[in-house]
Amino acid sequence: MSLQLSDAERKIAAGSDGQAMAMRIVIDSARLLGAPRLIPVASAHIDGALYHGDSGTLFAEKLVEGGAKVAVRSTLNVGALDLMGCSRVRLEEPARGMARRMMDAYRKLGCEQSWTCAPYQAGHRPALGSDVAWGESNAVVFCNSVLGARTNRYGDFLDIACAITGRAADYGLHRPENRRATLVFDVSALPAAFLTSEIAWPVLGSLYGREVGNAVGVVTGISKHPGEDALKAFGAAAASSGAVGLFHIAGVTPEAPDLAAVLGGEVPETTINVTPQMAFDTQRRLSTAVAASSIDAVAIGSPHLSLSEFEALERLIAGRRLKVPVYACTGRHVLSELEKTGQRKALEACGVVIVADTCVVVTPILPELRDGILMTNSGKFAQYAPGNTGYAVLYGSLADCVESAILGKPRLTEIAS
Amino acid sequence: MSALQCEILVAGSASKGEALVLTAPISFWGGVDPKTGKIADVRHPQHGLTISGKVLCLPGTIGSSSASAVLMELVHNGHAPAALILHEPDAILLLGLIVAHEMGWQTPIAVKLDRQCFDAFRNRRIEVSGNGVVSTIA
Repeated sequence: MSLQLSDAERKIAAGSDGQAMAMRIVIDSARLLGAPRLIPVASAHIDGALYHGDSGTLFAEKLVEGGAKVAVRSTLNVGALDLMGCSRVRLEEPARGMARRMMDAYRKLGCEQSWTCAPYQAGHRPALGSDVAWGESNAVVFCNSVLGARTNRYGDFLDIACAITGRAADYGLHRPENRRATLVFDVSALPAAFLTSEIAWPVLGSLYGREVGNAVGVVTGISKHPGEDALKAFGAAAASSGAVGLFHIAGVTPEAPDLAAVLGGEVPETTINVTPQMAFDTQRRLSTAVAASSIDAVAIGSPHLSLSEFEALERLIAGRRLKVPVYACTGRHVLSELEKTGQRKALEACGVVIVADTCVVVTPILPELRDGILMTNSGKFAQYAPGNTGYAVLYGSLADCVESAILGKPRLTEIAS
Repeated sequence: MSALQCEILVAGSASKGEALVLTAPISFWGGVDPKTGKIADVRHPQHGLTISGKVLCLPGTIGSSSASAVLMELVHNGHAPAALILHEPDAILLLGLIVAHEMGWQTPIAVKLDRQCFDAFRNRRIEVSGNGVVSTIA
């Protein structure tokens, strides 16, 4: 089966400008995937503006020079710099200048300066059943699972090429037959005290990702909607421990009104019965620094914190002074609200360092420490911090993170799982 | 060993080089240093070796969607492998070559070959022709 192109698509690809280059990139990758045709996409979320080296900057600038512009609404994921100036990024020249040029180039291509990994909480929410081209693993999984829009995992460069052409390969999760669950992940044996705790969703997400890999599964045994921030934490953890692009929760997510419907009337290939021991072991594995007697920092906000997560943080700190900083990563959509209400000043006065437009695992913000220990409530930070920052990680609830930051040493409340 | 005709995944220039057969899948982002081509993942069996200038035989790839960015960076700074032999096509990784080609940079060829064949390449010099024929030369 070879790729069939429309006359218009072929004509664009034959050109010599930026749009032509973008179309050839979309077409070449569609051929590699064995897709039969290209389909229109309604929006894009672009992960390619994070600096990994000069070549990415030169690519974006070549698109700008070629007069390319995005054809659909395109939000930007985090960059390598905090353009709002809330936190200090220790990226040195010439990398700093190249990272800045890269961010400028994506702005010139017509992308929205959202600079967040939670675009779905910054007003970018594609409609149920619509085809989109999103990058950033947590955004992809939220878009597919919670919003019910359809996207594959679009990697660096392909995301912007799809945005400029308004096209993507008809492949993978764009096709309804590939969105059906083939696996059941049953959590009904877990105690209610655990399931209603804040750590349940990131911990279960981490377990789910490792068990499921890239299969489409459905979670059963959840009696009520846990809230959007919980689903955000579950998806982010699942997409960092595995290659999860879409999950369903029976009775909660839009494509899973009930178990039978999401299984498409077929028998599941696998059923995973989650035991309290499995949840406990997963929680323990999220920490790499178990016997720590002190901590050096707390990092929260992967994915970026919502306003209600900031409110929870403020309630837990309750005006007390922190002994070690809490790095709270978020987007400018939340920052502007925090400034309006005076919450930003109040939090910073307690010792919170707000990080906007970026986060502590993608660019150097945390002080360079040998044997540093970072505490977090994020399953995704727990996964990436050891490799990307050199800090060992201690995993705990937000309440425990805050109390530990006040004491300067770990306080971990046992939650029976 | 006789010459093997392989499917071309991404066209590129013919080249020769020492084979580097990886024995485990690798994530390019976080697993390969984009500045040097050294395998940086401490848990990888070939940790410390460099992929730069080698005919890189990949049994599989895992991980981040920024793999394309790392491969393109290696092409741009002259530390890319001489050629890539993949057990299965990885659209995200190979996108790095597709985009580098669009940038007008000289890109290595990438071909598909069953990983069962990789054993015969160990410690040998390999030639990959522009039409996808892989052969050992020393």
